[in-house]
Amino acid sequence: MTGKTLYDKLWDAHLVRQEDDGTGLLYIDRHLVHEVTSPQAFEGLRLASRPLWRKESIVAVPDHNVPTTTADRGNGTAGISDPVAKIQIETLNANCEEFEINEFHMDDIRQGIVHVIGPEQGATLPGMTVVCGDSHTSTHGAFGALAHGIGTSEVEHVMATGCLIQKKMKNMLISVDGKVGEGVTAKDIVLAIIGEIGTAGGTGFAIEFAGEAIEDLSMEGRMTVCNMAIEAGARAGMIAVDDTTIDYVKGRPYSPTGETWDKAVEAWKDLVTDDDAEFDEIIRLHAGSIDPQVTWGTSPEMVLSVNAKVPDPADEDDAVKAKSISDALEYMGLQAGQAINEIPVDKIFIGSCTNSRIEDMRQAAVVVKGKKVADNIKLAMVVPGSGLVKKQAEDEGLDKIFIDAGFEWREPGCSMCLAMNADRLESGERCASTSNRNFEGRQGQGGRTHLVGPAMAAAAGIAGHFVDIREIGGAS
Amino acid sequence: MEKFTVHKGLVIPLDRSNVDTDAIIPKQYLKSISKTGFGVTLFDDWRYVKAGEPGMDHSKREIKEDFVLNQARYQGGSVLLARENFGCGSSREHAVWALTDYGIRAVIAPSYADIFFNNSFKNGLLPLVLSEGDVGSLFKAVEANEGYELTVDLENQQVITPEGKTYNFDVDEFRKYCLLNGLDDIGLTLQHADEIKAYEEKRKVEAPWLFA
Ligand code: SF4
Repeated sequence: MTGKTLYDKLWDAHLVRQEDDGTGLLYIDRHLVHEVTSPQAFEGLRLASRPLWRKESIVAVPDHNVPTTTADRGNGTAGISDPVAKIQIETLNANCEEFEINEFHMDDIRQGIVHVIGPEQGATLPGMTVVCGDSHTSTHGAFGALAHGIGTSEVEHVMATGCLIQKKMKNMLISVDGKVGEGVTAKDIVLAIIGEIGTAGGTGFAIEFAGEAIEDLSMEGRMTVCNMAIEAGARAGMIAVDDTTIDYVKGRPYSPTGETWDKAVEAWKDLVTDDDAEFDEIIRLHAGSIDPQVTWGTSPEMVLSVNAKVPDPADEDDAVKAKSISDALEYMGLQAGQAINEIPVDKIFIGSCTNSRIEDMRQAAVVVKGKKVADNIKLAMVVPGSGLVKKQAEDEGLDKIFIDAGFEWREPGCSMCLAMNADRLESGERCASTSNRNFEGRQGQGGRTHLVGPAMAAAAGIAGHFVDIREIGGAS
Repeated sequence: MEKFTVHKGLVIPLDRSNVDTDAIIPKQYLKSISKTGFGVTLFDDWRYVKAGEPGMDHSKREIKEDFVLNQARYQGGSVLLARENFGCGSSREHAVWALTDYGIRAVIAPSYADIFFNNSFKNGLLPLVLSEGDVGSLFKAVEANEGYELTVDLENQQVITPEGKTYNFDVDEFRKYCLLNGLDDIGLTLQHADEIKAYEEKRKVEAPWLFA
């Protein structure tokens, strides 16, 4: 018998039953809930008079709609000027109260982006199945967990049954071999992977990220990589458990203690792919050949080295692909052949569940320290991923570094990652953003998004255009 | 959930690949706490000249004349034809609700993003896969013939053209069964409540930290 992959082990451990056609009923250990994709699910439960299966499995937090200016955040939901957003957050509060769910409210220091606070609280543990009505739930796979983004019907299903109906996915291994060069971060690794396999490359697969460059990453970096598995089409991305994982989890509010901790650690050590396991597909990248990345188009796969030139649709033989390139260039207001490091930007956004953890804040702060944002920058903002990240950054003096350089230092939330609140791009504005999606209109209708890592975004703010972080120094 | 058995409808050709859920329904509309009313803002950025806001009178907004949904010949369409990787991006089920609320019953594309694909089945929307070549031929046929209608027969897993040509498609047995019968899968799962409880009891012993 051949061995099992990490995904096989997680699947087998959570399988309650399986239909003849292979459809499985998977038990869900942790359900994270936010305001946007839950109201219709709670409504469904109420209409059918169904109780929650296990309320302790749920942790809720408002994040997508919350205002990020300190002035607006002072008064709880009363400070939300958008009446529709306000109703949505109040609806979450009311639902959590009615169903007795643990919620971190807007004024709680533990509030933040759902994918930042789960791990931060130890609510995400190795070996768990984690779901959330949000596609970036793949983030939690960094802990050797099986984490899926789900739709609202599934949110309701998990609430009512404690389980998710799933077909087993195929196994893909993406191995990033060797070490990355100076100045190359987790974000560059994952963008390079997406550039390689495409936004649909991982569709139908659970991806395991492995290799020396992945093992070398901190948990923050691993979360950045798994976060964007969904941008490669994979509903779940994951990384094997090692000492880095266990050290991160230790001592967090929801983490086990005492004897249970020892027992858990023992079990977690098995959360690795067996040596003789087989993958349906294996992709290898050389870490040493990855440059700092910048997306130039309207899909995360439209990504290149900061030193490359914007592609020319005329060089593409496939007519459908050539049309995507020319559509993207038109939307982005770019010329074929233009040098990426000469593209000027208007706004800088450092935040989102991809890059708003303490390590990201530090990487950006190193670059801006003692400098000023360029004159052409209309707005540069840093939005920490949670109240606790914000506090830690302030304890380290990072807020001052950003403010002195001309950045705005905001309250935690999703913010300009998807522009559901007041933080957004105006039509035609160009943003260097540490978020995960550069789709048309993602950061505001007509807005133009270039995805980069935190140090690269910070550097673009100082230079006024993209620059290779390795040329200005300061990157970690 | 609305049953899906056989559906005959006018085809709307959306000639784009990687149509993402942000394009299907932009974020400002996700603030709604209801499942209905998303149809008028389906493909909002492509359909209207200026960005809309929830609660406004969408019938008064200036439209982009050349976008397919705004062309006279595609009014009343209920079968959407698109290119590869349809529905990529966010998990928002609002994308499916916007399509169904508009009146779309089936989507035909060479491939879909996983979460969108899954969400569709929960709402009586059939996302069916045909080969890139077949989708290409259908695009040509739709553009060449005004009033082009397709019949989608789920029971027999066939798409039938007006000329009588048929294309077969695959669909999971379980999903097909739920769709044909309009079944809610929460009810189906709860039939196995005892098994779920038994699993839970076993896990509480094996891995108590998961239940703290
Ligand atoms: S930060 Fe962006 S991608 Fe992450 S959960 Fe919020 S909106 Fe989604």
